[in-house]
Amino acid sequence: MNKYIKQLKEGIIDQNPTLVQFLGMCPTLATTTSVSNAIGMGLAATAVLICSNVFISLLRKFIPKEIRIASYIVIISAFVTAVELLMKAFFTPIYDALGLYIPLIVVNCIILARAEAYASKSPVLPSAVDGLSMGLGFTAALLLLASVREILGAGTWLGIRITPTAFEPALIFILPAGAFLTLGFLAAAVNRSRAFAAEYAASHPKPSPIEAIPDEFVTEANDTEAPSSDEPAKSTEESEQDTSVDNPTDAADDTPSEDADEAADDTERSAPEMVSGADAAEHTESEDDL
Amino acid sequence: MEQLINILLLMLSSVLVQNFIFSKFYGICPFLGVSDKPATAAGMGMAVTFVITLSSAATWAVYYGLLVPLELTFLKTIAFILIIAALVQLIEMFLKRYLPSLYQALGIYLPLITTNCAVLGAALINIQNGYSFLYSVAVGFAAAIGFTMAILIFAGVRARLQFADAPKSFQGMPLVLISAGLIAMAFSGFSGINFF
Repeated sequence: MNKYIKQLKEGIIDQNPTLVQFLGMCPTLATTTSVSNAIGMGLAATAVLICSNVFISLLRKFIPKEIRIASYIVIISAFVTAVELLMKAFFTPIYDALGLYIPLIVVNCIILARAEAYASKSPVLPSAVDGLSMGLGFTAALLLLASVREILGAGTWLGIRITPTAFEPALIFILPAGAFLTLGFLAAAVNRSRAFAAEYAASHPKPSPIEAIPDEFVTEANDTEAPSSDEPAKSTEESEQDTSVDNPTDAADDTPSEDADEAADDTERSAPEMVSGADAAEHTESEDDL
Repeated sequence: MEQLINILLLMLSSVLVQNFIFSKFYGICPFLGVSDKPATAAGMGMAVTFVITLSSAATWAVYYGLLVPLELTFLKTIAFILIIAALVQLIEMFLKRYLPSLYQALGIYLPLITTNCAVLGAALINIQNGYSFLYSVAVGFAAAIGFTMAILIFAGVRARLQFADAPKSFQGMPLVLISAGLIAMAFSGFSGINFF
């Protein structure tokens, strides 16, 4: 269960498909003129993403490698057509507002990228969770962008007026130019907060996995003596935490490896991006080509 | 004669007023992805123009020749994406065999075009607006020219941006997006022009 929560966090925050990976830019920019459109688009894409991930994961042993991309596109477009017809029947106002962008979910890079990178190699349940997590990440990014644009550009949120009457809405935020500008500034804010998080992580190091391993031996051997490690203070703290947990071996199995993963992830991600922005840009661009 | 003038006005409007990148947001991924050098931008633009013009014709023919008589119009998304994928593959094989020099220039961009929303978008717009065959091809071609123009302008801007001393948080994608926003602002000046 812990694994799935981590996967959800990964998709919504750490590897957000829109604000971090810059995939699926067309619907992001086009449908964020109002919050209701953004929610409609986000949830439609999430539904397609979950269904296509599950289906592709089920068929991953049967799809020949050479024609996999074409097969994925057919599967995705089948689900997009289903979602399109459902929205036309039950959510007509949103369907009319989104217009052509609903069939264009077919060519949303996020869906094909997850199919190729994750669902084609993973079992069904993790693929479904991956679809949900990436879809929610996409929806959250759209919601954020649309909130900024709708409040500044129309003075409303979800159609309800929330700004004082003296506030004159700046129409530019609803126009196409505002979409680029808002996303640009949001991306800069995300960069800044990630740099901040990396600085914080650097100044407050987590216990390294090497220190955590002796602990595991200690709990298994029921040895009460101080474990052999470089920093005795830190490791005794950890052993205390372990004993407070009901199942010490389980905790010892889970936590150090996750810490190690997270620490590895952090360093891996922060190192290239913070050193030079150009590298990061090239990295995202190569992914955009999908 | 009147029809010709109508087509020309429609084309002009698709290039400037209804620009694919700056007013409709079709094809943003390749726009941001391959616009870092003018040469690659020109290659991508040419490949997109080629494919959109041909796919506008092919999807129109399949829609009115096959889907409408069979009452399968709800399958148009699946049909169009398959036509585009097959067409891209055919064009690639054809160029490789008969026009190797053009293949050298466009080759690496062609596979990316299948998942370019500009191509599918152009095909769907033609159907939605109920254009005739001639109109569809002309509007598709003009939209692709608009895309090429946008990506070339932006490649020029980005070549300058590489030497800009931007704040650290704005380096990379944020600065690219903000400059695209400024160009879009200039393009929104065209939106006042009404050809009809």
